[in-house]
Amino acid sequence: MRNRISNRTLTKRNGAAFAAAGCVLGLAMGVVLTTPRGLYAQGKGGGKGGGKGGGGAPAVAQTAKAAAPIDLTGYWVSIVTEDWRYRMVTPSKGDFQGVPMTAAARAIANAWDPAKEVASGDQCKSYGAPALLRVPGRLHITWQDDNTLRMDSDAGKQTRLLHFGDWKSPGGPPTLQGDSVADWERSGGGGRGGGRGGAGAKGPPPTDGSLKVVTTNLNGGLLRKNGVPYSDKTTLTEYFDLMKEPTASGDPVVVVTIVTADPMYLSRNFVISSQFKKETSDAKWKPTECSAKW
Amino acid sequence: MTFNNKWSLSLAMVFCMAVPALAEIDLSGSWASINDEDSMERGAGPNPADFAGLPLNEAGRAKALSYEQSVISMPERICWFQTQWHIAAGPFSLRMWAVPDPLTGKVLAWMVGAWETRAPMTIWMDGRPHPSKNAPHDQTGFTTGVWNGNELIATTTHLKTGYIRRNGAPSSDEATITTHFRRHGDMLTAALFMDDPVYLTEPYIITRSYNLSTNPVSIGGPPCVVGDEGVEEGRVPHYLPGQNPLLNEMTKLYGIPPEAALGGAETMYPEYRDKIKDKFVLPAKCARNCGAGGGGAN
Repeated sequence: MRNRISNRTLTKRNGAAFAAAGCVLGLAMGVVLTTPRGLYAQGKGGGKGGGKGGGGAPAVAQTAKAAAPIDLTGYWVSIVTEDWRYRMVTPSKGDFQGVPMTAAARAIANAWDPAKEVASGDQCKSYGAPALLRVPGRLHITWQDDNTLRMDSDAGKQTRLLHFGDWKSPGGPPTLQGDSVADWERSGGGGRGGGRGGAGAKGPPPTDGSLKVVTTNLNGGLLRKNGVPYSDKTTLTEYFDLMKEPTASGDPVVVVTIVTADPMYLSRNFVISSQFKKETSDAKWKPTECSAKW
Repeated sequence: MTFNNKWSLSLAMVFCMAVPALAEIDLSGSWASINDEDSMERGAGPNPADFAGLPLNEAGRAKALSYEQSVISMPERICWFQTQWHIAAGPFSLRMWAVPDPLTGKVLAWMVGAWETRAPMTIWMDGRPHPSKNAPHDQTGFTTGVWNGNELIATTTHLKTGYIRRNGAPSSDEATITTHFRRHGDMLTAALFMDDPVYLTEPYIITRSYNLSTNPVSIGGPPCVVGDEGVEEGRVPHYLPGQNPLLNEMTKLYGIPPEAALGGAETMYPEYRDKIKDKFVLPAKCARNCGAGGGGAN
């Protein structure tokens, strides 16, 4: 009986494997027999936008701007529906809900004194890259050049530069916003110039994908305004996903998943996600100085 | 296209129909919830009368303020299921798997396993329509899904009334939940939009994160057993209008102005800070529900 079941299972698996192989073979045959000859003349690949299997234009280095699968430019307002009491008002001293702090971090946070930050000119410590997208405010995202996405915040007047391609940090001392290396993550769907079977440079513009940003060379700061620290050993990884609000207007919404790794002050990765809704103008753009108390 | 070309494409399509359809990305597995954000709200539960950041309208606010926590200790409600919004409001991990059509092998549905107080979510992927608006509603609702590249978008309707925050902020049976599942390597982000014409003035969005885990997540949770939790038979715990004694809880604990705690769409946006800046009083030290700095439970 056992053998019969095993044989049946084996047969099923073999059948599935055969069918899968047939699918690949069939697709290959179909593609070979139906592909216009002109496409062959365009060569393989498709540069950065082609992705694996891209059968489009010759491999010409495509700028990050040209290859962007999603459009993140414009004005974005933060939607504060999570961690409200740590973001919209100043959290109390000792209010550490949710942050996986080490003992060293707790000691620092328990000694928090915003007046000292003001005195030492450190009012912007809670506006560093790991915390900036948690600060209620607006972002203005633009292309500084073909391979650099620029992100300005009105709260704290901060600027982050997200570098694509083979960008290398010039070195130098760590900074509040650090060095950010960006890359597009593309969908697996075919025919969008970005994924498997992509149509290459000649295809329609891709409409889906994500932005991944890894930031290092940070000089340390505060994850929360009430003194919860991150150190200069921190690595920040962010994923930007573009969605549509489920309304008739379908307003664009960006969700940023923020992963902060800090071997000094975090016992494990600290993971949060912030959301922003697109605005049609700069009417509500209101630059404000950093504040250690509010 | 020549006859040969048509024949070849047809052949390819026939072969492909015999194997499971490829999802845009594989979401199957056990996803351990990362409860770093809204840690208290998802774990022990939110503070009473804390509706800040919720786009409640007057009806929603009135119903929220009538809520007394012990209502869920009524024998009839101890094992009451939450709606699918509990994915966002609760602390639980997710287990997801694909269900193939036995005849074609194509993905018929994606499943999000249940928990003790939440039914499984069946995300129908075969293009079937949602039922008539007159069809019965329940806590499970009816969910269909579509792929947008690597993103699975699930739309849930036909829900019964429920809560969008576990302190009584309500959702109605007219609500629609749209859930976006996005995978980045071993990390999953779920963004949930609640659109409720009865209790909200605009869509409410919550995002949650998960890590892929080799520890299997339960697909049903432990069974719920009704016991005596102290609410006598015949009593429905509630507060009458204007009589909620916990109205100023957020002010007492955290210095947050009472009107901010009552929520409303404006409390979701940065400019609201200007409105409450002069009313906010920073307590000298956190007194209750402060966390130990140990992170959200996973």
